Amino acid sequence: MTSFARMLRLPGAIVALALTFAPATGWAEAGPKTLRFIPQADLRSIDPIWTTAYVTRNFGYLVFDTLFSLDKDFKPQPQMVDRWTVSDDKLTWRFTLREGLKWHDGQPVRAPDCVVSLERWGKRDTLGQKLMEAVGEMQAVDDNTFAISLKSPFPLILDALGKLSSNVPFMMPERLAKTDAYQQIPEAIGSGPFKFVKEEWVPGNKAVFVKNPNYVPREEPPSFAAGGKVAKVDRVEWLYIPDTATAAAALNAGEADWYEQPPADLVPVFAANKDIVVATVDPLGNHGILRFNHIQPPFNNVKLREAVLNLVDQKDYMGAAAGDPKYWRTCAALFGCGTPFETKAGADALLNGPNPAKAKQLIQEAGYKGEKIVLLSATDQPIVQGQALVTLDALRKAGLNVELQASDWGTLITRRTSKEPVDKNGWSIFHTWTSAPDFFSPAVNILVRGSGEKAWFGWPTDNRIEALVDAWFKAPDLAAQKKLAADIQVEAYTNEIPYVPTGQFVVPTAYRKNLEGIIVAPVVFLWNVEKK
Amino acid sequence: MFAYIVRRILATIPVMAVVALFVFALLHLSPGDPAVIIAGDTATLDDIARIRQKLGLDQPLYIQFVTWVWGLLHGDLGISIFTNLPVSKLIAQRVEPTVTLTISTLIVSVLAAIPMGVLAAWKAGSWVDRVVMVFAVLGFSVPVFVLAYLLIYVFAIWTDLLPVQGFVTINAGLGPFLSHLVMPTLALGMVFAALIARMTRASMLDVLAQDYIRTAQAKGLANDKVLIGHALKNAAVPIATVVGIGVAALISGVVVTETVFAIPGLGRLTVDAILRRDYPIIQGIILVFSAAYVLINLLVDLSYTFLDPRIRY
Repeated sequence: MTSFARMLRLPGAIVALALTFAPATGWAEAGPKTLRFIPQADLRSIDPIWTTAYVTRNFGYLVFDTLFSLDKDFKPQPQMVDRWTVSDDKLTWRFTLREGLKWHDGQPVRAPDCVVSLERWGKRDTLGQKLMEAVGEMQAVDDNTFAISLKSPFPLILDALGKLSSNVPFMMPERLAKTDAYQQIPEAIGSGPFKFVKEEWVPGNKAVFVKNPNYVPREEPPSFAAGGKVAKVDRVEWLYIPDTATAAAALNAGEADWYEQPPADLVPVFAANKDIVVATVDPLGNHGILRFNHIQPPFNNVKLREAVLNLVDQKDYMGAAAGDPKYWRTCAALFGCGTPFETKAGADALLNGPNPAKAKQLIQEAGYKGEKIVLLSATDQPIVQGQALVTLDALRKAGLNVELQASDWGTLITRRTSKEPVDKNGWSIFHTWTSAPDFFSPAVNILVRGSGEKAWFGWPTDNRIEALVDAWFKAPDLAAQKKLAADIQVEAYTNEIPYVPTGQFVVPTAYRKNLEGIIVAPVVFLWNVEKK
Repeated sequence: MFAYIVRRILATIPVMAVVALFVFALLHLSPGDPAVIIAGDTATLDDIARIRQKLGLDQPLYIQFVTWVWGLLHGDLGISIFTNLPVSKLIAQRVEPTVTLTISTLIVSVLAAIPMGVLAAWKAGSWVDRVVMVFAVLGFSVPVFVLAYLLIYVFAIWTDLLPVQGFVTINAGLGPFLSHLVMPTLALGMVFAALIARMTRASMLDVLAQDYIRTAQAKGLANDKVLIGHALKNAAVPIATVVGIGVAALISGVVVTETVFAIPGLGRLTVDAILRRDYPIIQGIILVFSAAYVLINLLVDLSYTFLDPRIRY
């Protein structure tokens, strides 16, 4: 044998060995009791109060539980709470917990745990802060009951306690809930249907959960976050696969059971595989957002904001951001389409637009003299980048001096905190997107608010909107709330234009057809899911 | 020799210090703020300020630097801002996949490329030479991710011979361990093998033109003895240099491979940390990379003494 032949023996042997040990099929087979789920993002933090990241919110729903939860009609239903009473003056609420609730460390869930958990949540969440403004005192009456005394009636108290999206008021043991609200809890001990296995957590790769044998689900059928949370698998593995094509291949090959958010351009890949179901399990979806900087020229001029409103063609934005028309629709309602507060009031410009001629007239009326407009974009966020490119094109065609400044998302969200002029690293417009639980009502939609310096990035000031939102919180019934929501929208579109929705889209999900029981909801829940 | 090794190791200290200072300054002066990322979309500027304060990011830079260096001197690389886990633990979790992939790539590439380079030089100008050079050009030209997707399609989707993604330790069994390693190794090894094959060919062509090779052939030595015993040994120093540089590049260059095959290695840990501005992780990894580079260069330099007895330290 020559030296060359000898040299080639080893690599040949390695490959042969690998192929020998490789089974012909079924790399992917994991038992019927293990659900392998590819989440939308990597789990980076285990504290859903410390961060608003959706992936941590979804983690929270597995591990923690809530006092109340919203059902599919956005109505709060009891979850950990068994019964509650309210005084005639609506100022004193008493909540009694269900019997037999236990933390994952085996300790019983007590009313003081819930009080401290609510206090911590109330320091971070916007709706929680609003509730805490009305709260006089919260205290445990006994181990199973706690009371909330209000300084003034807060009709939305149950909605707040059942808040669907970040920050969700998850209950934690007192020792964890005492953690400073601006610091992370050291461990994730909840009372939810699954336990987090911290030892198997590899950030950037895998998070593992096992069924909580002590969990006692409610008897009602699941509906959004409400109803019985029945864990029907013994183990859940979150496999974070950063490359979308690889994630799609893993689902195709059966190495994963469920891919939460495949990008639209990869959805056709699954069409040829009869074992995969592509579905929309989020009934409402998301809004694309165009946000102005209200405190710096040129968009401190409402005429110019109105001009941009008249340039927006939602079909272009949705085509760029969401692709296939079956996954998006035009929607001018600031509180979303298909939600209780959907309305067309005041939205004529968007509904009948675009109107470039009117936009040009408004640009002239605004006295625009070619001031630079800095449009921020993030190339690592396709939905953001798609919208930004459409805006760039529309504004340039209208004769505006736009400069696209692209970076990564981390840089964009840092830059948008700047209140400086554009020549000092400031900005004029950025895009983002937000999911229905975060815009479906004036209680959660922070983009519409006009509280100036305290408002969301862009800092619009509109005292009338603020007054209307305050009135909305105090509205006695749904009809009054709907009327006020419509008034807020009219004010927003006609006087302030805090932002422009660029359309409403859903992100499809893909799963293997042996999964059953997936809950239709704007948040992904993994209870009730069965692997046949 | 011993004194040389000690001197080289001591020389790493100022190198690491400069790297630490440079990396720290670069990270903290570049745009991006982890507090903003943590706070999320609904946060107010007050929330962001409070998170910065809790993380110590509101302190003057020199205080942050001194705090970090003080921790380093006590063997503490810090705590990840996001995961709240020790950086040393996160790095330890990721070392095995990256080192395994680097070593497997090194072995496969060297074993494939050196014979190819020797063969191409020996048969210079023939079809064998051209085939090897075509391979080398392809190796340089085809992006790693293209080759990776091609391998996934052929071996995982089409024939179902190998798993699409992931990494398992050898504790899970030799079969699963190797099966998860085959495609990433081939994808990553292509460029490296092309580089080594070209270098080997060029180096061998130089040596084969030397008088002593003609003398060896005139003495009637067999071709393989001339090539391996005389030519390759003398051509080995530049090849070893390229292999050494390549290994250093491999460690940091596995990002694409790790991403495509979802391998939880150091490359991905670095990129993820950069994207979310997790300063302690970035600083820790770069220090570890720097130390690895210094060590690899030292090993390459030491290898010269074994490959060429004329070299002494």
